[in-house]
Amino acid sequence: MTIISSHAVDVGIGDLWVRLHTTSAEFAATMAARFAGFMGQVETPDYEFTITLVPPAPEERQEDDVQVWREGSLWRMTRNDFTASWDPVARRGQAEMLLSPYSLDSLLRIVHTVMLAQEGSMLMHASSAIRNGRAYVFTGVSGAGKTTISRLAPTDVHLLTDEMSFIRRTSSGYHAYGTPFAGELARPGENIHAPLAGIFLLAQGPENRIDTLTPQEAVRGLMGNILFFAKDPQLSAAVFDAAIALANAVPVQRLTFLPDQRVWDLIGNTQ
Amino acid sequence: MTSPMYILRSPNIAARRIGGELMLMASSNASLYSLNDTAALLWDAADGNTPLDVIVGTLCAQFDVSQDVAYTDACEVVEQLAANGILQLSHAPFQTEGSTS
Repeated sequence: MTIISSHAVDVGIGDLWVRLHTTSAEFAATMAARFAGFMGQVETPDYEFTITLVPPAPEERQEDDVQVWREGSLWRMTRNDFTASWDPVARRGQAEMLLSPYSLDSLLRIVHTVMLAQEGSMLMHASSAIRNGRAYVFTGVSGAGKTTISRLAPTDVHLLTDEMSFIRRTSSGYHAYGTPFAGELARPGENIHAPLAGIFLLAQGPENRIDTLTPQEAVRGLMGNILFFAKDPQLSAAVFDAAIALANAVPVQRLTFLPDQRVWDLIGNTQ
Repeated sequence: MTSPMYILRSPNIAARRIGGELMLMASSNASLYSLNDTAALLWDAADGNTPLDVIVGTLCAQFDVSQDVAYTDACEVVEQLAANGILQLSHAPFQTEGSTS
C-alpha cells in the first residue's frame, strides 16, 4: 500500500480562511513562507482547495491572460501557470499549478474576487493603511503613487498593503484588512483591520490637495481599480453594485500630492 | 416609406442611476458609459416592441421639439448606442418576454 502524506495549510486574509491541501511538503513550505503572518488554524475554513503540482509545460503557453468563467455550478479559472475549478456551494476547489507562490497568489485573488462580490466586498488595486484606528485606501492606475505614499507613511501609520487592498462590507460598515500581497515595497502588510474612513484616488501634482468627486466620478474611479476577472453578467453587476454602495457609504476623494511626507498631514491626523 | 426601427436594451448591460445620471456597465469588458438625458430616455423606452418614431412622438409631447428634428437626433443617438453594444436595432419587433407576436 502506498501512503501519500497530505499537508494542509490554513491561510486567512481579510477574515476569509482557506485550507490548502497538497501532497508536496515542498509546496506546503512554500505556502507557509509566502503567507507568513496570515497563517493559522481554524476549525472550519470558509473554503478549501486541493493543489496538485504539475511540471512546467515543455512549450510554455505565451498568453498570460486570466480566463474565468462559469460552467454550470462551477467556476473555472485558467492562466498559463494554472488551471482550477471551484464550487461556490460546496466551497471546495481544485487546482493544478506550477510550484510557484505567484501562481497560488493569483489563484487566491481570483477566488476571493468571486466570493467577495457576492457580499458587496472587494479586492482593489490600492495601498491602504491604518492611522488612529481608521483605515484609508489609496488607489489609482499603475504609477499613480500607491507605493510612494506607503513609503512616505509616518511611523504611527500601520501599512495594510502597498498593492492589493482587501475591503469587506460587514454589519458594522466597511473595513479594510491587511494582505500579504505586496507591490514594489516587497513586504506584506500587517494582519490587522479597521473601519474604512476614506478612499483616495491618487494623482501626483504640484501641491498636496484633496478634492471632492461627483458620485459618478467616484464610481468610475472605484470600478477602474476593483479587481475582477469574470466576464459574467451576474458577477459584473454585483461588482458594479458593490462599487456604488461603497461610494455611497465611504468618502471617495481625489488626493493630489507631492512625493514628500507632508501629504500625510492631510490624512487621518486627528484622534 | 422607410420601415420602422425598433430598439432593444442589450443583454449583459447593467444600468444604475447614480447621482441623477444613468450609468451603464458592459459585462463583456467592464466599460462604463454615462448617458445624457436624451439617451437615457431612449434606453428606458427601448422595449424592443415600440417603434422608434412612436417613442420619439411620446418624447416630443413632453418637450418642445419638432418630430422630424427629434427623430433625426434619436436615430443618431441609437446608432451610437448600438455601435457601443448598448442597444440592438432592428426593422422588425424583437421577440421579447411579454411580446405578443
